[in-house]
Amino acid sequence: MIKRNNDVWVYIEQRSGKPADVSMELLSKGRKLAHQLNGALKAVVIGFNAEGIAKETFRYGASEVLLADHQELEHYKTLTYGRILSELVDEHRPGVVLFGATIIGRDLAPRVASFIKSGLTADCTDLQIADVKYLRNDYKNLLLQIRPAFGGNIIATIISPEVDVQMATVREGVMRLEPLDSPAEGKITLVDYKMNGFDDLVKIIEQHRQENKVNLKSAPIIVAGGYGLGTKENFKMIHELALTIGGEVAGSRAAVDAGFVTADRQVGQTGVTVRPKLYIAVGISGAIQHRAGMQESNKIIAINNDPDAPIFGVAHYGIVGDAEQVIPTFINVFKQKLR
Amino acid sequence: MSYKSIVLVKQVPDTANISGQVMKEDGTVNRALLPAIFNHEDRVALEMALQIKDNFGGEVAAVTMGPPRASDVLRECLFMGADDAYLISDRKFAGADTLATSYVLSEAIKKIGDYDFIFAGRQAIDGDTAQVGPQTAEKLGIPQVTYAQEILNINGKKAVIKKKIEGGYEILEAALPVLVTVLKDAVFPRPYKAKRVMSYKNAKTLLELEKLAEGNSLLYIDQLKHEYISKHLYINTMTMDDLKLDADRCGVAGSPTKVHKIESVVLAGNKHEHIEPTKTGIGALIDKLMEDHIFG
Repeated sequence: MIKRNNDVWVYIEQRSGKPADVSMELLSKGRKLAHQLNGALKAVVIGFNAEGIAKETFRYGASEVLLADHQELEHYKTLTYGRILSELVDEHRPGVVLFGATIIGRDLAPRVASFIKSGLTADCTDLQIADVKYLRNDYKNLLLQIRPAFGGNIIATIISPEVDVQMATVREGVMRLEPLDSPAEGKITLVDYKMNGFDDLVKIIEQHRQENKVNLKSAPIIVAGGYGLGTKENFKMIHELALTIGGEVAGSRAAVDAGFVTADRQVGQTGVTVRPKLYIAVGISGAIQHRAGMQESNKIIAINNDPDAPIFGVAHYGIVGDAEQVIPTFINVFKQKLR
Repeated sequence: MSYKSIVLVKQVPDTANISGQVMKEDGTVNRALLPAIFNHEDRVALEMALQIKDNFGGEVAAVTMGPPRASDVLRECLFMGADDAYLISDRKFAGADTLATSYVLSEAIKKIGDYDFIFAGRQAIDGDTAQVGPQTAEKLGIPQVTYAQEILNINGKKAVIKKKIEGGYEILEAALPVLVTVLKDAVFPRPYKAKRVMSYKNAKTLLELEKLAEGNSLLYIDQLKHEYISKHLYINTMTMDDLKLDADRCGVAGSPTKVHKIESVVLAGNKHEHIEPTKTGIGALIDKLMEDHIFG
C-alpha cells in the first residue's frame, strides 16, 4: 500500500492582487479535512506583493503558506504558475490538493495532475475523508470526491486509491466560508522563483476585467428562471419579479445555454452555489446539478407547470401553474400588500 | 506560411436529452439507448482549424480516442473538411480517465507528426472536466490557451488569441506549437458539403474494413486497406501496439481515479406545501414570508 502524506494543500488564486473567494472557502473545508487526517493545512500563493494574501489564509486556518512572490508572477500564466506548483507538489507530495473550479483552476490543476501523474476530479460538490474497501483492498483515509455525473442522473463518488496525491476542483460557493475567530499561527515559507525559457512562450498582451458585477452568493433573495420560460422575452418576467421583491436574477444552465441570462448568473454544479433566505425557481425542472447549487436555501418556492418536476422535491412551497400567469399575479399581490 | 492543425474530437452520449427509457429502474443508465453525438465544442474546434487552413493554407487532421463506432464523428469531420482522420482504438483503452486519455492522445499526436496547432473543445458534455486538453499539452511539453474565444492573428510562429478569464478577457501571444481549447460560441461550424458527404460516407477504419472482409484472409484485408488509401477513404487506425504504448498507463490500469460508488439520484419525499396559483393562494404565501421577515 502506498504511503500518503496527511497534509491538505489549497491553491490560493489571486486576480489583480485579490484572493478569490473560492480559495478561502476551500481553506475552510480543507481545515476540516486536515483535522480528520491529522495533517496540516497549507496554502500556496503565487503572485507579486502577495504577502497580504498569504497572511489572510491564516484567518482560515492555514498553518503554513508557500509563497512565490516576484514581479514576473503578478498575473496568472499557465506555464509559469504550472511549473512552480508542479515542482512544489512533486517535492512535498501532499495527500490532498484542492483548487477552485474557476477558469484559472481548470487551466492549472490538470497541468499539475499530468506532471505528477495523479488523479484529478473536476467540479466536486462534496469532499469527505473515509476508509474505503475497493476491489477487495482496504484503504485508509481516502479523499471521497463526490460529484453529479452523466447529465446529472447519477451521483458518483470518485477515489484515487493508488496514488499519493489526490486532487480535486470545487466550484465557488459549494463550501462554506468559515473564518476563524482568531487567525491560526502560521508561517510563510518563501519559494524561490527563477525565470525559465519556457515562461515566455505565452505573453499577456492585454487584460480586461471587471470584478464582481454580480454577487449571487450574498443576495438574500434570488429569483431564478429556467428553460421552461421558453423565450428570452418571457425571461424578462424574472427580472421584473426580482426588481419587485428586491432579489437578484439567476438562471439554470439550460437558461444560460439558451441565452436567456448570462453565465455569471448561473446557479448549480457548474455555476455558483447559493444559500439565500429565499430562492424562487421559475420554469426550472430541477436537475441534480441545479439542485446541488440551491437546495440549502432557507426557503424555496418552485413555480412550474409540470406537477412532477423534480424541483418540487426540494421546495418548501410549490405553485403548479404557468409562469405567464403566476408571476404577474405574484407581482400584483406583492405590490398591493406593500401599499 | 501554411499551418498544420490537429483537432481532438470526442463522441459523447447525448446526456442533455436523457429520456425516461434511458434510466433503468434501478437508477442506472442504459447507455445503449443513448444516442452518440459529436461533442459540440469539438466541432467548433474543428471549424477554427478549418478557418486557419482557409486563410493560410495547410492541413487539418481529426483525431479521436474511442470505441470502433467513434468513427462516426471522424466521418463527420471529413464531411466538414478535415484532410485526415485518425481513430485511436483498443479494448485496453476502456475505462480511461483524463490522465490515461491524455497519455494515449499525446503519444498518438507524436506519431502523427509535426503540427502548429492542436485544437479541442473546452470540455465534453459527458464528463465536463475540461482536463484532457491541458493534460495533453503538458505531456507534449507545449503551451496551452484554454477557453479561447477568437484567433485574432497568426504571424509566423506566433498566434494572438483572445481568451475568456473571470470577469473579462485576455489577449495572449502564444508561440507555436500551442494547444487551444475553444468555447462553444467561438466560431460557427460550417455545414457539411454534399460532395464530401457523398464520398466520405464510405470512408472506413481498419476495424470496419476487417468487418467488411469477414473471414477472408489477412492478405485480402491488406489489399482492401490499400484500395481505400488510394481512394483517400481510409481512416487511419491505431491500437495500443501500433503506438507502442505502456499498457500500465492506458485504460483502467493507467487511470488513478476510480468510481467507488454510483448512486441514482433519489428525490427526498415531496413534503412541500401546495400553493394555489390564485390571488388568494399567492397572497397567503406572501403574508407568510413577510411574517418570517423574508420580505419587507
